[in-house]
This record gives sequence, structure tokens and C-alpha cells, in this order.
Amino acid sequence: MKYLNEFRNSKQAQLLAARIARLVTRPWSIMEICGGQTHSLIRNGIDQVLPPGVEMIHGPGCPVCVTPLSVIDKALEIAARPEVIFCSFGDMLRVPGSREDLYRIKGAGGDVRVVYSPLDALKLAKQNPEREIVFLAIGFETTAPANAMVIKLARTQQIKNFSALVSHVLVPPAIEAIMNSPDNRIHGFLAAGHVCSVMGFKQYHPIAARYQVPIVVTGFEPLDLLEGIRRVIEQLERSQAFVDNAYERAVSEEGNLAAQATINEVFTVTDRNWRGIGTIAKSGWRLRDEFAWWDAEKKFNVEHVRTIESPQCRAGEVLQGTLKPHQCAAFGKACTPRHPLGATMVSGEGACAAYYNYGRFVQIDKAMSS
Amino acid sequence: MTAKQFSCPVPMRDYPNIVLSHGGGGRLSAELIEHVFLPAFGKADGPLADSTALTLPAQRLAVSTDSFVVQPLFFPGGSIGDLAVNGTVNDLAMSGARAMYLTAGFILEEGLPLEQLVEIVADMARAARQASVSIIAGDTKVVERGHGDGCYINTTGIGILAPTCSIGIDRAAPGDVVLISGTIGDHAMAIMSVREGLEFEATIRSDTASLATMVHELLQACPDVRVLRDPTRGGLATTLNEIAMASKCGIEIVESDIPVDNVVRSACEILGLDPLLAANEGKLVAVVPAAQAQRALETLQQNDLGRSAAIIGRAIDDQHSLVVSRTMFGSRRIVPMPIGEQLPRIC
Repeated sequence: MKYLNEFRNSKQAQLLAARIARLVTRPWSIMEICGGQTHSLIRNGIDQVLPPGVEMIHGPGCPVCVTPLSVIDKALEIAARPEVIFCSFGDMLRVPGSREDLYRIKGAGGDVRVVYSPLDALKLAKQNPEREIVFLAIGFETTAPANAMVIKLARTQQIKNFSALVSHVLVPPAIEAIMNSPDNRIHGFLAAGHVCSVMGFKQYHPIAARYQVPIVVTGFEPLDLLEGIRRVIEQLERSQAFVDNAYERAVSEEGNLAAQATINEVFTVTDRNWRGIGTIAKSGWRLRDEFAWWDAEKKFNVEHVRTIESPQCRAGEVLQGTLKPHQCAAFGKACTPRHPLGATMVSGEGACAAYYNYGRFVQIDKAMSS
Repeated sequence: MTAKQFSCPVPMRDYPNIVLSHGGGGRLSAELIEHVFLPAFGKADGPLADSTALTLPAQRLAVSTDSFVVQPLFFPGGSIGDLAVNGTVNDLAMSGARAMYLTAGFILEEGLPLEQLVEIVADMARAARQASVSIIAGDTKVVERGHGDGCYINTTGIGILAPTCSIGIDRAAPGDVVLISGTIGDHAMAIMSVREGLEFEATIRSDTASLATMVHELLQACPDVRVLRDPTRGGLATTLNEIAMASKCGIEIVESDIPVDNVVRSACEILGLDPLLAANEGKLVAVVPAAQAQRALETLQQNDLGRSAAIIGRAIDDQHSLVVSRTMFGSRRIVPMPIGEQLPRIC
């Protein structure tokens, strides 16, 4: 409980905001990578207390949003099979595929279940030996250790009716892709605390050096975010660019070595398509060949599904920080959380949904009345 | 009556679980009524008939019906039986009516342990006594195994409405004050923790309770109450949005003023859920004229169920009928109407 109150102290937060305001001498654009941070920034109105000129740009760190359409379509095809119990984290259920979403598959008779941990899916596999249990293993480095552990367990215990549809993505290659983009206007990054609690932050030193960009690891509470922003701006104002850790209570340089070992045992780096962005080299994890039996893509032979993305959806630009959600013509009109065109409008962590639900008050007000 | 007082005659002991014949209208149906329902709910004055005749001392009646399909059937703080009575009693109370009578329809799944039915019925009887309502008619059907989740219950309630009572969801006006009668999210998190086998620092108990007495006290103290609403499915956020839309005004709340139990708050954090969207089964939202707000608050707090009642916001002039929340910095954010049930976030 302590963490919930201490890091939400309103007086401390206002002091920090005032310190940031005193630091700033010119405009800066800072990207928070993680969708959880976007959610917290907007829900707590932090973006509204930053000095004019300091702009938070929402990065591609919502795992639901960047999971490629082809994986969603494969999930839908597998989930519709009568022998399958398809297990997913909750917020994947409403993500639109080319034609439908997991909710509709469930409504049409598919056995789709929300799980809170991949272990729940493995338990289901043991309880239902006559069924095929498929787990949708998506997410960043944060969810990878638990997913890897379960797949490893399935192999150790030879649970053959369990498989995983794996589409993991990695943060550092995404940062590099953003910095390499000709449209890039990011001056500094908040690195995602939970990703770094697993992976550490040693991978970020070469990026900070190569692109001369400050990277500050931070958490999700209002005070974490403000302190992270303050440290990025402090570096920018002093023309410095290094990796700093503002989330020491959870993150170390090396990260969680046991988790990394499990990940390496089960997954190997691969090129990955990011929904709305495109393929980024070496930006994901796939199952190692020795786990082929537990690879749902191979087991169900869905490697060749065809996908159709909505032409109206500009989620890719939103994910790369070149378009604000409310600047999209479809925002709040053709595209709402009820009828999302893209994944960024689905998850609470998606930038478009966060804007729609909690958004900057005045802008939302305008969007709704127009 | 408790489950232990259940008198089990020989034919019923032959069937420790519900069988299709319990809904067949024959001897087993009659035994179910005689040995399970009547001892709990009380006997009518005359013989059992196809309908019950009532004499009501009022010209204005309120009627409400609700169906209960909760899983699991038993959870910390209550059971489907408590919900089935309290839910309908509360719906009547929210229109200012005093519940008098309930009917109860049961859809039982073949195989339901009779013991569980007895316990559910005992919970209903106790809840009915606490709310001073009589259960005056009922029906039982049995569906084949696999066609139901053990037990579904529908209750319909009849209540008496005072001639002067004019509570309505469309009556909130700018300047009015919004109150909540206690902590939010308890029921939803109690159910979720049992359903998903989640363990927190302490057991979260459902808040299921009859609000009839509290409403009666509130109306005595503040006769000009504009809106009463129980924030059940969809939680406080949904209820406030419904009030704003119906009343064509905005509502501004101060999130830090909304009471949330610490364990419920932690559970919501862990699961990525918002207490504002979590269901309650024993709380009410009241909108009252500003001049009566303090009195309303004190009245709610004097009732055991309302000890942590709080003033959480006010109705404001807003053509968009938005519900907005003041954040810790004093900035504002929209509190949206949820689309469907909450989905736990990935990380």
C-alpha cells in the first residue's frame, strides 16, 4: 500500500512540477515508451501541468497496439476451432483483426478465455487433456519471462496439448527505429520501468551515446513520471545524454538475470512486424526451434493468413509520435473504443483510447462538439 | 433459518442433488416447496394457489424485476440469495419506494446440491427479513445438466411509493451535490478474487445489503433528494454518466474524495482495473440540493452501511453532459462511460 500513497502525493508532485518549470528554457519533446506510462500521464493529468513547450509524445509501448494484424488474424483462426480453448490476457479480446475480434469468435461459439497468468493456461491444459489449449503470448520484455517459463514447463512436463502463439517485441530496437526516422523530433526518452526491471538498462547506453539522447528509466506513479521528466530535461538543458535510473526501487543495471536466462532458453531474437509501423529488424522474440511442438503457428498451420488493415486508421503515425490521436480525422467519429479501427483505440494503454477516455480536456471537448 | 435446520425427509435424502423431477410439478416439486421454500419464506394464510392476492394500502406502486446469474453462487460477504433479494429491494428503494413483496423464480441446474439450494434460500429469507419484505410467490424450473450455472434467480418486487415522492434520474440540476454512501468496488473485487482464485492481504467481502432503511432515513431528513441510484454493474462511473445524460447536466467529481477500501484499491491496481467501474451491491449515489448536502451526509453516516459516506462532487452546467474528475493537480479528465465489462490490462 505504501507505494500507492507515497508516489501519488499531490504536494510533492506539485513541487516537482514547479522544479521542472524552473529548469526549462526552451521547448522539448519527450517520448514515454510504455503504454502504462501514457495511461498514468493522462489519467493523472500530468501532461497538463508541464510547462508550455514541454511535450509528451506517446511511444509504441502498448503491447496490444503493436501486435501485428497477422498475429491477431492467426489468433482468430485458431480460436474458432472447436477443439481449442484459446487463452488471452483480457485486453486482447477487443482488438480488431481484419474482419472481427476475439469477442465475436467467443460469441459465435469459440472457447475464448481471459487468463491472468500464462500458468492458468497451462493448468487448463492439464485439466482438459482432450482439448488443445493455446495461449496468446504477446507483450514486451515485461511479460516474456512468465510466458517463457510456462512454455519451458510445458516441454519439461511434456504437456503436448498446450501451445503458444508468440509475438514478443523489444523496446531498444524500437527506440533506434524512432531515432533513425527522418521525421523524428524526440529529444529524450522515458524508458519503461517494468521492461527494465527484467532486462536492466545496460542495453540503453550505446543508444544514448549514438543518438546523443537522454534516456531515463522510470516508473508509473505520478511522482516517478515527474522525476523522470525532470531528469530528462535536466540533461537536455545541460546538453548531456546518458542513461539515468529514476526507478531504483525496481530496476538495476543488470536486471533480473534468472528471468533473462529463461527467456534466452525459450526465445530467440527475430525480425518483427509492428502493427502500424512495419518491420523492425531484430525487434522481437520467437520460439526457439526446439520448442516447435509448442508453437501454435506451426501446430495449427496458420502461417499464411491474409490481412486487411483499415485504410482510415493512422495508428502507425500515432505510435511513432508524428500524429496526436485527436489530430486523426477518424478520432471520436469513425473510430471510438466501441468501434475501434485500430488497436490504439482498444487498450487502456493505447494512446488513442487514453485520449478518448481521459484525454486532454479541452481538446476532447472540441472533438466531441464538432 | 440456517442450513442446519433443514429437515430432510426420506424421499429428499434419496436425492441429495437437484434432479429434473424437482421441476416436473409432481411429488418432488411439492416436496421442494414444502421442505425448502415454505419453511424459509413462510406460509400463506390459505392453501397454496396459482397466485397470491394482496391488499395494498396505496395508490402509487413501484414494480421492479431483476435476474441474478452470479458465479460463484457463494462468495465472501454473501450469496446469490442475498443479491436476489437486496438487488430488487434496492432498485425499488432508488425510486423512493418501500419494498413490500417479492416474487422469486428459480431456474436450477440438474445436479445442484440440495444443500446449496437450502443455503441460498436461507440467505434470501434472512435478507428479506432484514429488508422487511415478504416473498409471496415463486416458481421453480429445472434445466438439464450443462444448461445452467447451478442456480439462476429472478425476483420481482412491489413497493409503495409516497404520493409526494418525485425522485428521478433526470432531476439533477447544476449546483446540486453528489454523495456516495460508502466505499466503492467491494462487490466486484470480492467476486473476482473468488472467481480467479486471487488472494490479497485480506479477504475482500461483497457489500451486498438492503439500502431500504438508509433510503427511508435519508428521505425523512432530506425530502428534496433529487436522484437516487445504486451503482451496480458498470460501477460509479456508469451511474454518474447515466445521471448526467438523463439530467442534461455535467457532473464534476473529486476523485480523491471517493472512498475506496485499501485492499480493494490494491487489488484493482494489481489487475489494472478501475474502482470507478467496479460493481457495488450495497451502495447508493444521492444527488441533493446543496442546502441539504451536509444533512444528507450526516444522515447517511449515522447508518451502519453509510459510515464512510462522502460528498464526492456536484452537478454542473455542461451541454455535453460529461462526467469529469479533478486530478491531483487540479486538472480535469473525462470519466467515460465504459463500453462493456472491464478487461484486465496486460502489464
